[in-house]
This record gives sequence, structure tokens and C-alpha cells, in this order.
Amino acid sequence: MSCDDCVNPVEPFLRSDRMPHIWCPGCGIGTTVNCFARALIESKIDLQSIALVSGIGCTGRVAGYVRLDSFHTTHGRAIPFATGLKLANPKLSVVVYSGDGDLSAIGGNHLIHAARRNIDLKVICVNNLIYAMTGGQTAPTTPDHAVTSTSPYGQFEPAFNLPHLVEAAGAVYVARWTTFHVKQLARSMGEAFQKKGFSFIEVISPCPTLYQRRNKLGDGLDTMKDYKEKSKVRHGAPTSEVGLTMTGEIIVGKFVDRDRPDYQSLMHTQMVESLGERYVEQSEVVCS
Amino acid sequence: MKADPRGVLTGTHFLDGDHACCEGALAAGARFASGYPITPSTEVVERFASRVPTVGGTFIQMEDELAASITLQGAVWGGAKAFTVTSGPGFSLMMEHIGYAAMTETPCVFVDVQRGGPSTGLPTLPAQADMMQARWGSHGDYEIIALCPNSPQECFDLTIKAFNFAEEFRVPVMFMMDEVVGHMTEKVVIPPADQIEVVPRRHTNKSVDDYLPYGTNGDQVPEMAHAGEGYKFHVTGLTHDERGYPNMTLQAQDKLVRRLQNKVRDAADRITILEEEGIDGADVVVVSYGITSRVAQRAIDLARQQGRKVGKLRLITCWPFPEKRIREIADNVKAFVVPELNLGQMVREVERAADGNAKTFLVPHAGGGVHRPEDILKVIVEASR
Repeated sequence: MSCDDCVNPVEPFLRSDRMPHIWCPGCGIGTTVNCFARALIESKIDLQSIALVSGIGCTGRVAGYVRLDSFHTTHGRAIPFATGLKLANPKLSVVVYSGDGDLSAIGGNHLIHAARRNIDLKVICVNNLIYAMTGGQTAPTTPDHAVTSTSPYGQFEPAFNLPHLVEAAGAVYVARWTTFHVKQLARSMGEAFQKKGFSFIEVISPCPTLYQRRNKLGDGLDTMKDYKEKSKVRHGAPTSEVGLTMTGEIIVGKFVDRDRPDYQSLMHTQMVESLGERYVEQSEVVCS
Repeated sequence: MKADPRGVLTGTHFLDGDHACCEGALAAGARFASGYPITPSTEVVERFASRVPTVGGTFIQMEDELAASITLQGAVWGGAKAFTVTSGPGFSLMMEHIGYAAMTETPCVFVDVQRGGPSTGLPTLPAQADMMQARWGSHGDYEIIALCPNSPQECFDLTIKAFNFAEEFRVPVMFMMDEVVGHMTEKVVIPPADQIEVVPRRHTNKSVDDYLPYGTNGDQVPEMAHAGEGYKFHVTGLTHDERGYPNMTLQAQDKLVRRLQNKVRDAADRITILEEEGIDGADVVVVSYGITSRVAQRAIDLARQQGRKVGKLRLITCWPFPEKRIREIADNVKAFVVPELNLGQMVREVERAADGNAKTFLVPHAGGGVHRPEDILKVIVEASR
């Protein structure tokens, strides 16, 4: 069979004129993008109605590769940018696709407040446990004792447990998978598209170049084996019990799936109650 | 096009500058604001929060100014006209996103009601010490437009102008108020909507296949599309080519950064708004802006009573700096006198533009109040010798 006959099913979702991408061999970010494209195919969502917003970092580059309206914003600020986009055009389905450092360190304040407000955003957080783009520095997610370029004698700061953080802040959907769990991850992404409110999917992903190598955890393939052996699927696990360690088990699954009114519903209800007929809904306005 | 009448509170009002600025934004078509409370600017968004649900729009109070200054840009790409409002410490936090707006050519307005600094400084008292920050505060080379009102009426009129410039040139426009102008209450006349000219978004008419997000069309300002319209465009703060794709070459950098600069510089004549009086035949010209121009007027009147030939030049557009006009005047006068509520910011521009053809005298003030007219008069007398 000639390769001219091969059609990759995810290709229509990618800007093929931007390939090859910048990600290293063994990196898991591309795998997550593949899952994302498959979730879009599966959910039959109108691609024109999706906007994707990224921050800065390796995962921040996702916005540049997807054939969607896409925004590569500033470091840590994907969520507030996405908030403005969603509020100005509520018909859009807005996805935030970024890394653990971007979303939980420099952008940590926005993460908890967006969850508190229950803004209707689908946040995909690729967690490679490190700052990869800048050369492998320690992140708020780096597990204890892990060696990074700025924790050369081992990380001693306690790490964030992201599912626990966002559940406490108010997220309506919280799941975690690894890049080994491609089917489950794609399914979770599809479920997030069905949810109204702040959804958060953490994807544990290898950085063979910086994290795995420095911590003598092997290459990308070794990490897949590791994920397979150490992952335990526990749907509905209390998020307080899903913190990560460097070599211990990785609890994965759908932890939270609940309903509460999203920001725009709450705003609408409040304005109707307070202003009555004086309230003019934004959707009637053409701004340009 | 004419203003949407729903946002226009036609009539004669008694408003402070902050409230007048809010009415100007509504009249200009702003239907989105993201803010964070900070004295002495908060009244702008307080009024917007109260008014905007009745005209079809959204206000959101964000968790900090870092968020406020990018949330509005998301709203712009979603189709809204949008702005944020702050003062010194918040303005400092917004600098990165002024650069992002300049780089991505996101039309928007940043209102800075200036107070005394540095740092927390004098939260409730005036200054004009953010003028250089407004121009140079974000990293890298870029151009912005800055306007400076000196009355509540101008807070209304020039806010509309600020939005119009933002749309015309696709730049962030700095609206540089000060605490006194923000909090003084005066008569503000808001005309009927059909007398208010509003510049619409430069929205593309091109088909999805023909559209180049950062392609230029002769006048250096690209056409915009909004998310959700099918263009599937990419926006990045990285150096990018006409497709909006990252491009890390010297050539792409040179082409982009020069265009971002030249689209404003080449249009400086159109952007420059000045108020001039008595410049022909003057020995000394007082150059001022914002609240200081109203104190300077008293000093000019006193000097004229002494028989001195004093002209007035008020900068309504502060950036791009009207260097051409200063250069022309410098050939015919002895000196410029520049009072400002800082220890010497715009005076450097006057001096640079005068290029030795006229002397330049600063009347400094550390902020926290306004000048005494006599202090300006004293320098006018010295300068006219």
C-alpha cells in the first residue's frame, strides 16, 4: 500500500502545514492531542464552535497545531483569556489546553477562581511534573525527592494534588488519566464536552528528555510500562487520596461528576431577578 | 457608523470624570469590561457593572489585574468591544498584556486613573507619573496611543475617541486620566446617538480560504475575524507571519515589529489632537496635559496680565508624541515651559523634539496635589528672559 492512500483520521483536526511539531520523541503531549481529536470525532461537535486557548510551555504549543480558532496567550493566563472569550460569545465551546506549571503555578490563582465561578470551560492539564520548555525546572507538581535542574538535591517542597485542589474550588467534572490510557482519556474529554461548567482533566504525561532521564526512570516506552503497572483505576476516589509520588501508584479515573449552575446561568438568574424587564441579554447585541 | 442608542445616555448631566469615562465607553459600544478594584479608578467599573446589564453586555470582576487585562482581550476576540480600568499598581501588573495586545493587534482600551507613586504611593491623590510607563512599560518595541483628558466632558468625549483609535489601528489605547479629573464633578453633555461617530471593527469580508489573519491591506492594519466564524485562525504572542503562525526568523521579526511601529507612527498626524492658543508671536509656550493644563491656564493668564507673550499647547494625544508640531514651534519661540505632576517625563520628549532650537524648562511636582499657578508663573518669567 502506498502512503498516498493512508489517511490519518486525526489529520483534519491538525494544521498539517505546521508539522513537524516541536515535541521530543517519547513526549506524551502529542498523544493527548490525538485523544482530543478522537474525542471531537466521537462527539460530532461542530468544529467551528470550538475555540482552544493555551498558555506558555510545551503544552502551550497545542494551540498552534490544532485546526481550530486557537489562542496562544501569555504565561499562566489561558484561563482568564478563555473566560473573556466565553462570556463574549457564550455559544463557543471553549477549551483550555495547557501544562501543569502554566495552570497551577503562575496561573494558579485563575485556576481556582474559574472553578469557583464555575465558568463553562473544559480544562485539559497535561502534567509532566516539570517545567519542560525552559529545561526541566521544578514545578508545583514535582513529586518529592525528584531531581530537577532547580532541585538538584531532590525536591523537598510538597506538591499540589490538582484534582483535590480543583474539586475543593468547585469544578463539576474532574478526571485523571495517563498517556497510557488513551481510550479512557478520549472518553473523558468527550464527557467534558457534555458538561456545563468547569471541567478539569489531568493527564499524567512523560517528559523523557528532562524528568524521566534526570530521575533515571527510563525512556518514553519504559514510562508507558510504568504507567500501565502503577495505575489503578478508581472512579469516584476521594480526591484527597489521589496525590502523586515519584514511584508510587497513580490513581486514575473520573473522580468528580456533579452539577451546579455555571457562571452564565447564575448571572442570568440574578439579573432577571433584580432587573426584570430592564435586563437586556447580551446575545441580542452585535458588537461589530 | 453611528453609536448604538442603547448605550448612549443622551442629556445634560452632572458627572465626575470616572462616571463620564464609563458613559463614553458605553456610547463607544463597549459591552464588556473586566476589572479589579483600585482607587481612584473603581467608580468607572462600578457604574459599568450597574449600567451594562441594561444595555446588553457583561462586567466581570476578576481575581487580579493580570487576569483583568487579558480577560478583556478574550472578549475582543469573541466579538466585543472591551476595556479595563486601573491605577498605578494595577497598571504595573497589566504591562505584559499591553504588550500582548500590541503584538496580537487586539483593539482595546486601558484606562489608567493616575495616582501618586511609586508603589502604593498616594492612593487617593493625583499624579501624572505613569506617562512613560504607558509608552514603554511592556518589553520589546511597540507603539500605543495615549490620550489625556482634562475634564469630565473630555472623559466622555475622548473615551469614545480612544475606542475609535483602538479599532482603527488595532492597538491598545491608554486613556491617561488622573485622580483629580477622575473625581471632579462638572457638567457633561451627552449628545444623541446619531451625533456620535463610532468606528466599527475592521472585520474581514474575505472568505475562509482567502483570509490571512495578519495580512496587510496597504495601510498596515490587518483585518480581524472573531472566534466561532469558521476562519479557524491562530493568534500568538510569539513573532508570527501573515498566517498568524509562529516564525522565529530575523526576517519575520523585522517585518512584524516594524509594521507594529509604523502603523501608528505613519498615522501620527491623524492621531495627534492638540489644543493651541496664542502660539503665533509667543516668546514662551506652556506645554501641559490633563489636570495640569487647567492650573497652567491660570499661570498663562497671570503672565499675560504682566504683558508677557505666552502661548498654550495642550497635549490631548500624548502618544505618539506630537514631535513635528513641537519642532515647528521651537523655531519661533524662546522656550517651552512644561509643568507636569511628576519629576520630568513628557518634558524629555519636548526637549528632544525642540532639539536645541528652544530652551525647555520643567516645572516638576512629586504628586499628591496640583501645582500652584505661581510656581508655573515663576518659571514662565524665567523662561521669557
